[in-house]
Amino acid sequence: MKRKIGWAVITILVLVYALFPVLSILMNSFKSSGDFTEGGQFLPRTWSTENYQMIFFGDAKDLFLPALRNSLGITLIATVIAVVLATLCAYAVARLDFPGKRIVLGAALAISIFPVISIVTPLFNLWRQIGLYDTWLGLIIPYLSLTLPISIYTLSAFFQQIPWELEQAAQVDGATPFQAFRKVIVPLALPGVFTTAIIAFFIAWNDFVYGISLTSTSAARPVPAALAFFTGASQFEEPAGAISAAAIIVTIPVVIIVMLFQRQIVSGLTQGAVKG
Amino acid sequence: MSTITLKNLVKRYDDGFEAVKGISLDIADGEFMILVGPSGCGKSTLLRMIVGLEDITDGELQIDGKRVNEMAPRDRNLSMVFQNYALYPHLTVYENIAFPLRLNKNSVPKDEIDRRVRQAADMLDLNEHLQRKPGNLSGGQRQRVAMGRAIVRDADAFLFDEPLSNLDAKLRGQMRTQIAQLQRKLGTTSIYVTHDQTEAMTLGDRVAVLKRGLLQQVASPRELYEQPVNLFVAGFIGSPSMNFLPAHPVDGKLRTPLGDIPALEHQLKAAEGRDIVLIGVRPEHFEDNKLVDEGVRSKGWTFKADVSHTEWLGNEQYGYISYEPDPKVSGLLNSLAQDLDADELVPMVVTSLEATSRIRGGQQAELWMDVRKLHVFDAESGENLTRDAEEGARLTAEAAEERAFEIKRAQQEVSA
Repeated sequence: MKRKIGWAVITILVLVYALFPVLSILMNSFKSSGDFTEGGQFLPRTWSTENYQMIFFGDAKDLFLPALRNSLGITLIATVIAVVLATLCAYAVARLDFPGKRIVLGAALAISIFPVISIVTPLFNLWRQIGLYDTWLGLIIPYLSLTLPISIYTLSAFFQQIPWELEQAAQVDGATPFQAFRKVIVPLALPGVFTTAIIAFFIAWNDFVYGISLTSTSAARPVPAALAFFTGASQFEEPAGAISAAAIIVTIPVVIIVMLFQRQIVSGLTQGAVKG
Repeated sequence: MSTITLKNLVKRYDDGFEAVKGISLDIADGEFMILVGPSGCGKSTLLRMIVGLEDITDGELQIDGKRVNEMAPRDRNLSMVFQNYALYPHLTVYENIAFPLRLNKNSVPKDEIDRRVRQAADMLDLNEHLQRKPGNLSGGQRQRVAMGRAIVRDADAFLFDEPLSNLDAKLRGQMRTQIAQLQRKLGTTSIYVTHDQTEAMTLGDRVAVLKRGLLQQVASPRELYEQPVNLFVAGFIGSPSMNFLPAHPVDGKLRTPLGDIPALEHQLKAAEGRDIVLIGVRPEHFEDNKLVDEGVRSKGWTFKADVSHTEWLGNEQYGYISYEPDPKVSGLLNSLAQDLDADELVPMVVTSLEATSRIRGGQQAELWMDVRKLHVFDAESGENLTRDAEEGARLTAEAAEERAFEIKRAQQEVSA
């Protein structure tokens, strides 16, 4: 009993610590511009939707709406490509014995720990010369380099859990290797695929460095980068309210995606395949 | 239905280990062939080579006289039941059974699939579980689903890889009967791998005994039991195992740690000219002398021995007699024990006595041994010197006849 209370206290402390900034931003997003100049107030003095109106219909509209569209499009495309490629690659890594298998995994790991900031300058120059600067593709490619390694890693762990006998059974039943992969392995790896998709989506969605360095207009600028260009009504006013409102809005897709996929991430889906 | 022919099959792994060292076997159409042997004898590897999951290093595998070495598993048209069932956990029982039909290149029409799945489910008593997922089934039910998936399409042969080893003893008995009946009804050629000799003896038309990748003997269960070809087969088949005693031929008798056995002429002749041989006697060929029928008493040998302890099992009891081991044969016996998955052979004779016998441990008892059933083995090669090949062939031919009759009867029942 004592132990339970102890855990409850710890849980609450962690939750407050983690959620306080979110709550603070939520509160800020409902404050009117006057509230910020007064300062030091947690709750808005008057609840106003002024900030939301500004980013959707007001001055910041032209900055925010295209950025939201870019972010959604670029991130979704990068996620889909990463998951499809990583599924095929992870399957090969988990199942097949081929020379250079370790190198593939090693290279993936090396790339994922490479500091983004050191790549961004050469990329900036290269992209400008070959015309990828400030385009969707110009962001999708570097995002793939961020999301692919981690996706390959997570997925190959999932594939290794699937009993190999299932695939052999499918082969004996008359399936071609691709049929066995599509009808038996992929359905069983789905929880892994969804988990990977969520991770890949977060990575691409949260990126700031590539977003701000490789774009210059609303043609491809994603939300995190666009937030840096928000301005107040006058140069003496901080755009804190509008930024907070935008931050809340960009959190929503993430929450929706987690809720959607959470149901799919049921562990133990392979239960019953082999003797229990 | 098909014949399967193995011609000198060899499996050598990349690290140089030879799991199968040249096995030749002819499996007739509709025959139930058992591959049996202690762990690591290559029986599962051999089965996986036949189905195509392991490459064949050397030799030739033929199905219906056609070489299939290079064929992919899906083109060999064999179906297999795996040791751990390998059911598809994301599909219902119905879809699991229908899976091979749905893949089929020459697409089976939908109502035909339905008919065949329901027929298989009927046969295996799975009707009420068709919409459930494998994860919610018991071990026996999962096993039946795996069987259903194997029989649903018209495979040329069924391959079983220790299909009952994950079930408890009672269920194993039931499933064994079910498999036997099913195979007779369908009359499909079957190859069945097991290390359980009860399964081997009850299911097989013929049993192939393997040891370290080599075939020892292929024969009907009765021939294996009564006319084993060597020490290994004699020791492997039968439970409790055959007793092996060192014996010296002296003055028309065989001198053993139990006493001088008045052996028969052909047994003495087999032992002649050798300093030492091994004799093999099965536990049930001993009896409490008081309980032996007068009619057969003269066919055997009565002797006195110290029984160290007894075990009463209800239908029979085991009496144990320890003896002084002979160092000349201990090497052979210990290597035999290792082949049989035991550490070393305990120098102890197991006798199976009538349950009503009053013989108890710690007493000297008068026992009787049926000398007619005694086998003499070479002390170096382990070869059976008293094997009657003609008698063995007769037993196997008899088994084949009985089997043909059973298949006919089972199929008449199906059509009736």
